[in-house]
Amino acid sequence: MNLMNSEDLLVGASFMMGLTITVLIVIPYTEVSDLRPPDKLKPYSEQAQRGREIYLQNECMACHSQQPRSLSQAPDLKRGWGRAPIAADYYYDRPVLLGTMRTGPDLFNIAARQPSVDWHLGHLYQPRAYVKDSIMPSYRFLFVIKSKAEPGDKVVQLPPAWRPASGVVVATPKALDLVAYLLSLDHTYPIDNAPVLPPVASAPATAGQS
Amino acid sequence: MNMNALGMLLSAFVIAILGLMFFIWSNGRSLLTGGEEAASEIFSEGEVGLVEDPAGTATSRARLQSTSTGHAQIGLHVDEADILARIESDKSTSLIVLIMMTAAVLWLLVASTFGLISSIKLHQPDWLTGAMWLGFGVTRTIHLNAVAYGWAPMACLSSCIWILPRLLKTPLRSGQWAILGGVIWNLSLIAGLVAIATGYNSGLEWLEIPLPIAAGMVVGGAMVGIPLLDTLGHRRTRHLYVSVWYMSAALFWFPVLLIVAKMPVHVGIEQATANWWFGHNVLGLFYTPLSLATIYYLLPKIIGRPIENYNLSLLGFWTLAFFYGQVGGHHLEGSPAPAWLITLSIVQSMMMIIPVAAFTINQHMTMRGHFRMWVHSPTLRFILIGGMMYTLSSLQGSFEALRSINTVTHFTHFTVAHAHLGLYGFVTMVMFGAFYFILPRVRGWEWPYPWAIQLHFWLVVLGFGLYFTALTIGGVLQGLAMLDASKPFIDSVIVTRPWLIGRSIGGGMMTLGHVVFAVHVLAMVFKLGPKRHTQALFWRDAMPPGLAPNLAVQPLQQEGAAL
Repeated sequence: MNLMNSEDLLVGASFMMGLTITVLIVIPYTEVSDLRPPDKLKPYSEQAQRGREIYLQNECMACHSQQPRSLSQAPDLKRGWGRAPIAADYYYDRPVLLGTMRTGPDLFNIAARQPSVDWHLGHLYQPRAYVKDSIMPSYRFLFVIKSKAEPGDKVVQLPPAWRPASGVVVATPKALDLVAYLLSLDHTYPIDNAPVLPPVASAPATAGQS
Repeated sequence: MNMNALGMLLSAFVIAILGLMFFIWSNGRSLLTGGEEAASEIFSEGEVGLVEDPAGTATSRARLQSTSTGHAQIGLHVDEADILARIESDKSTSLIVLIMMTAAVLWLLVASTFGLISSIKLHQPDWLTGAMWLGFGVTRTIHLNAVAYGWAPMACLSSCIWILPRLLKTPLRSGQWAILGGVIWNLSLIAGLVAIATGYNSGLEWLEIPLPIAAGMVVGGAMVGIPLLDTLGHRRTRHLYVSVWYMSAALFWFPVLLIVAKMPVHVGIEQATANWWFGHNVLGLFYTPLSLATIYYLLPKIIGRPIENYNLSLLGFWTLAFFYGQVGGHHLEGSPAPAWLITLSIVQSMMMIIPVAAFTINQHMTMRGHFRMWVHSPTLRFILIGGMMYTLSSLQGSFEALRSINTVTHFTHFTVAHAHLGLYGFVTMVMFGAFYFILPRVRGWEWPYPWAIQLHFWLVVLGFGLYFTALTIGGVLQGLAMLDASKPFIDSVIVTRPWLIGRSIGGGMMTLGHVVFAVHVLAMVFKLGPKRHTQALFWRDAMPPGLAPNLAVQPLQQEGAAL
C-alpha cells in the first residue's frame, strides 16, 4: 500500500521548512526592517563598542539577560531593572544579546542603577568584595598587579580586605572598555513619543514606565 | 493592540488552512498508511520473534529470547539473500561508522569535562579564573558546542549511516565522501572551539561558531549526506521504512537550518527570533528525528517484534515536522519579540503533544507484555529509557511554554535541566544503546567487559537522575525567589547553591560513566580485552545453523538450544 517515494518526502519536508522560515524569520524581518531608534537612544561610543566585544567574548550573556520583563509578568521594574523594552531599544545592538539566564541580574539598565566606574572595576576584579554571596567569576585576567602605579594607570580601588599584599591593581584597556560598555547600558528614557513601532511591541512598552 | 490581535488570528487561520491542505495532500498520496507489511520491512523472512542484542552475554541473550513468546519457526526459513545483503550493508559502512563513533566518544569526553568545570564554577567561583577561556561563560559555551556539534551529531550520524543501507538493502554508495565530510566537520569543530576559547564568537547561543568556520561544517555535513542520498537512489526495497523518513528529512533540514541561521542578514529582535528558530529546531528537526529513527529500527530488532502501529509512527513524523518548526518563539516570552509570534509558538508547543503521544503510545504498545526484556538486554535498557525521556522532556517542554509556568522557569536553571532531559535523557541515552548494538557488528568483536556496560548504565542513570532533580528544584526555587519583589536578587542566587552542588555531583557521576564508556569503546576499536566471540558476532546470531558454515562463521550453539 505504502508507495511513498523520496520525492513526496522531499516535498513534504520542504513545505514544512518553508513554513517555519516564513513564520519565524521572514515575517519578523519585515516587522523590524523599517524600525528607527528612539530619539533618546545614542549609538555606542567606539570604546563602548569595544567593551561590548569583550562582554560577548566572555559570554557574559550566559548569566545576564538584557530584557526586563513588564510589571504584569515580573517585578523587574521594582528591582530597578527598568521598563520592558521595545524592539527599537536594540537598534544599535549587533548582535542582540538578550540572554536566556538570570544567574546574575538583568543588565539592560545597569548604568542607571550603578554608575560608578570604580565600583564596576573592583566588582569585575573580585565580585565577592562587593556582594558577599555572589557566584560571578572573578575577571582578574583583565587586570595587572603592579608594584607602583605609573602615570595614566587606572588604579582599582578595592575594599581593604581584598587588596593584594603588595602593589596596586591596575585596569587593562580591556577592563576599561568593558566598563565603558556597562556604563552605556541605560534605556530608562521614556518611549511614549517614540517613532512608529511595530504594533505588537507597544503592549509591553506601556506597562512599565518609571 | 487591535492589529496585534488581528495578526494573531490571521496567522493562526492561515497556518490551520495550510495544515489542512497538507493533511489532504498527504492522505491523497497515502503518506499516512503503510500497515503491517511496511512495519515488518526490517525483518527478514523467519526473523520475527528472534531477539537480537549484540551487547548481551550468552546467558542474557538466552533469557531475552525466552521472554519473547508467540512466534514459532524461528530461524528455520531465513532468507539467505536478505541476510547476505545485510552483511554487505554492514561491511560497506563499518569503517565510516568506526571513525565517526570514535570521534563522537572523544567529543563526549571533551564536552563532559567542560560541562563539569562549568558546573563546579557555579559554586566555586574563584576556581580557575586565570584566563578568559577558563571563565564560566566560555567553558559553558565550549561544553554546549562540543555536545551540539561533536557528540550528538557524530553519534546520530554514525547510527544513521549504519542503519540506512540496512533499511534500503543495499551497500552504502560513495562512502568515501562521508569519511572526508566527517574529517572536515571535525576539523571545523576543533577550529570553532578554539575560536570560542580565544574570543572569536558570534554571540548567539547555539550559533557561537563564527561564520567561515560554520561554513566548513555545512560543507562537511553536506558531504556526509551525499552517500546517504546516493544509497537512497539505489535502494532495493519497495517500502521506505519510517526510520528512513526521519533520517532523510533530518539530513535535509539540518543544512537548511544552519545556512539560514548563519546568513549575515538578521537584525535586532528578528535576530533573536532567528536565533531561537535555529536553537530549537536543531533539537527537534535534527537530533530528535535521528534518535527516533534509531529507536524505530533498534527497538523492534532487539525484541524481535515489528512496531505495533506503523501508521501511528507516520502520523508522528508529519505532525513533528509540522508543529515543531514553529515552537522556537517560546524562548522569547517576556521579550519584545512580536506577541503574535510568541503566542503562536506557545500554541504549537502544546500541539507537540500529538507527535509525542503518537510515539509514546506506539512504544508502549510495541513493548506491551515484553517490558521484562529490559532486564536482560543492556541495549534495550538504554533505548527504552531514552524513549521514555523523549516523552517526558517533550511534555515538560510543552507545559514549560505556557506563560504561567514560563514566568517562573524562564531565566533559571530549570531550563538547563529541561535541555539536558532532551539532549541527554533522550538523545544521548538512545545513542549509548545504539553504540552497544552497532559496534560489535562493526568490529566483529564482542564488548569485552559486560560489567562495564552495567557500570556505565548505573553511573549515568543515577548521575543524571541526581543532576536533573537537583537542577529542577533549584531552578523553581530560583524562579520563585526572583518573582518575589520583597526579596533582594541575591536571595535567588543563594537559594540555588545546594542544588548546584548536587548538580555537580550528578554531573561528576555522568562524566565517570562516560570515561568507563569511552575506555570500553576504545577496547572495541583496538579489539582489546578478553576474546568472547562465541556469541553474537556480526551476523551470526541471525543465521540458521545450516547456512552459517557457508559464510565462514560458527553455527549457533547455546543460542540454538535456547530457541
